[in-house]
Amino acid sequence: MTSVAEEQNVIERRSGSRAFAEFLVRFRELGIVLALVIVIGGTTLDNHLFLSAANIQQILAGSAIIALLAIGETIVIITRNVDLSIGSILGISAYATGVLYVHHPDVALPVVFLLALAIGAVCGVVNGLIVTVGRVPSLVVTLGTLYIIRGIDGAWAGGNQVNASMLPESFNKIGYATVLGIPYLGWIAIAAVAVATYAMRSFRTARDFYAIGSDPDAARLAGIPVGSRVFLAFVLSGAIAGVTGALWLSLYASVDAIAGVGYEFQVIAAVVVGGVAIFGGSGTVLGAALGALLLYTINTALVVVNVSSFWSMALAGALLLAAIAFDRLVALRLAPTMRTRRSARA
Amino acid sequence: MPDVENQVEPGAEAESVPSRRRALGGLLRWESLLVVLLLVSIAYGASVSPYFLEWTNLFFIGSNVGEIAIIALPLTLVIITGEIDLSVASMLGLTGLFMAELFQHGWPIWPAIIAAVVLGGILGAFNGFLITGLGLPSLAVTIGTLTLYRGIAQGILPSDTISGFPQGLASIGVVPIPHTHISYSVAIFLGLAVIFGVVLHATPLGRAIFAIGANKEAAFYSGIRVKRIKFWLFVLSGMICGLAGVLWTLRFASARYDSGIGIELFVVTVVLLGGVSIFGGRGTIVGVVLAVAVLGCLQSAMTADLIPAQDQNIVVGGLLLASVIVPNLGDIYRRARARLEAAGARRHAAVVTREDGT
Repeated sequence: MTSVAEEQNVIERRSGSRAFAEFLVRFRELGIVLALVIVIGGTTLDNHLFLSAANIQQILAGSAIIALLAIGETIVIITRNVDLSIGSILGISAYATGVLYVHHPDVALPVVFLLALAIGAVCGVVNGLIVTVGRVPSLVVTLGTLYIIRGIDGAWAGGNQVNASMLPESFNKIGYATVLGIPYLGWIAIAAVAVATYAMRSFRTARDFYAIGSDPDAARLAGIPVGSRVFLAFVLSGAIAGVTGALWLSLYASVDAIAGVGYEFQVIAAVVVGGVAIFGGSGTVLGAALGALLLYTINTALVVVNVSSFWSMALAGALLLAAIAFDRLVALRLAPTMRTRRSARA
Repeated sequence: MPDVENQVEPGAEAESVPSRRRALGGLLRWESLLVVLLLVSIAYGASVSPYFLEWTNLFFIGSNVGEIAIIALPLTLVIITGEIDLSVASMLGLTGLFMAELFQHGWPIWPAIIAAVVLGGILGAFNGFLITGLGLPSLAVTIGTLTLYRGIAQGILPSDTISGFPQGLASIGVVPIPHTHISYSVAIFLGLAVIFGVVLHATPLGRAIFAIGANKEAAFYSGIRVKRIKFWLFVLSGMICGLAGVLWTLRFASARYDSGIGIELFVVTVVLLGGVSIFGGRGTIVGVVLAVAVLGCLQSAMTADLIPAQDQNIVVGGLLLASVIVPNLGDIYRRARARLEAAGARRHAAVVTREDGT
């Protein structure tokens, strides 16, 4: 509860930094790219193999998974909700894909991805229904379904594992093949981000997501069907996590009951680092995807500079906290500029 | 009534919510529901195992939920103020590991235990600073520190296990208090529950905590130090997690980075099942104590029924969802009926217009 007077005090003392703060907000994507260049440059100086084709491909493929999940999470967070269950959805969909191949080795690729999509969408429907019809905060709902879906996955998989030898070559190929030096998964993520960016800018439904996140009550008064839009956001997030589950299996080529455990934290960190406001209402899919790329690159760089990869979880947490703290401080600096502009327009 | 279901931060608009639980006729009936649930769990346990009602089993039920129950107490206060602390399990893991590391580096056990509790306080203070100092939403902050604290524990001790604590202390997790059938953790829980109950329900501080959750602005303008109280509640949550981390480590006689991973599900379930409103402003310690008993009995009964831990998570997750949906059932029903009636009225109007037209 920062009082307005307090905020203004802070801001007036540092009014010089206002222009810079605004720059930071406007060009968040540029900032991430800059950070990416610094990380890559620094690591390459330490070990020139970091920029080898194989390593770049590995980074692109791995971060594609996080980036895809980040698209769905971005949509949900923009509506001022959160989806903690995506890691579990990815896990159960990956396992289902594997089991499908074990029982029907000749099944066509589109069928596989439709199944993965359907599983994810069903999970999203459950989340969305409980959040909108039950009027329960999404935090509690998805914390519950995080463990429920993981529990179902565990009960189903038991100690079993599906590995590469049980999967057809055409499927495994998605995980390792490249076109023009970029892995399939990278192309898929780029295409998905492009489509989502266009949709989030142009479609009325997508603009509704932003309106709801900025102010749910105002959105309702403006005639936006808040319930069905939030429901849609969860279904999209679930469906994307489902498809990503199948892609995850093609990349890692083996799946058991703990596939995707803890991914939700990596993804939320990526989304927030990418400039999506945790309060909802603002942010872009492109930023979130770049955040995912940055996070994954730093994780890989850690290993290259001989820091144990076991620190990557701590790093994700630290980056998440740094990003929300940074956004908050910048917002405090910007508040008066925004106010003046609004009154000038009025 | 403005809708609040889309809030990321529970309680951000808590002022519009107190009507939410009226559907069930107040807390008294919620608590009688819990008593019924407790009896059902006991009956279920007794039906699957003849040993369920024996004194030894009472000890095991208690020692299984002890740490979860202890952590639930400060979390109850945090949730009543309309905030949330998801980092509890990670604080438990990191403090337990810290104690074990100090002990391994030659510290005597008691100073190591105190240091773990102090570390818990520091971790909680960091949460509290980010939330009250910078004004960040507690959900985002504690998701971040959940990851950060667990990550630090993993970075410090990725794969090893530390054990070899002094015999006398290490046994407090596996033997009851002499001449009773109560575990040490349950005794600590009951003692703390009395203190928390008195503070919450019979002191100005307790009233202030409810007031903050019911309406933050009104509480602020009536002179309650909202930020300071919230900050210290997060510190308290951290310290109690430190204590629970010590108990957890001694019970398993070993420390690993993933100690207690995922128990935030159980802790949040206990608090919300206990009738504490996720939107803040409502809840009782008695309800939380009853919910602890329900969870303990249910878990023990399921284990006796040979239900694997993964499947138990499904049940506990379902319990969490049920405890937030059930109080809203009346509301959901009313809204559905209103919507149907509105649709019916529209259809009727359409028919009337058509008839007028002809």
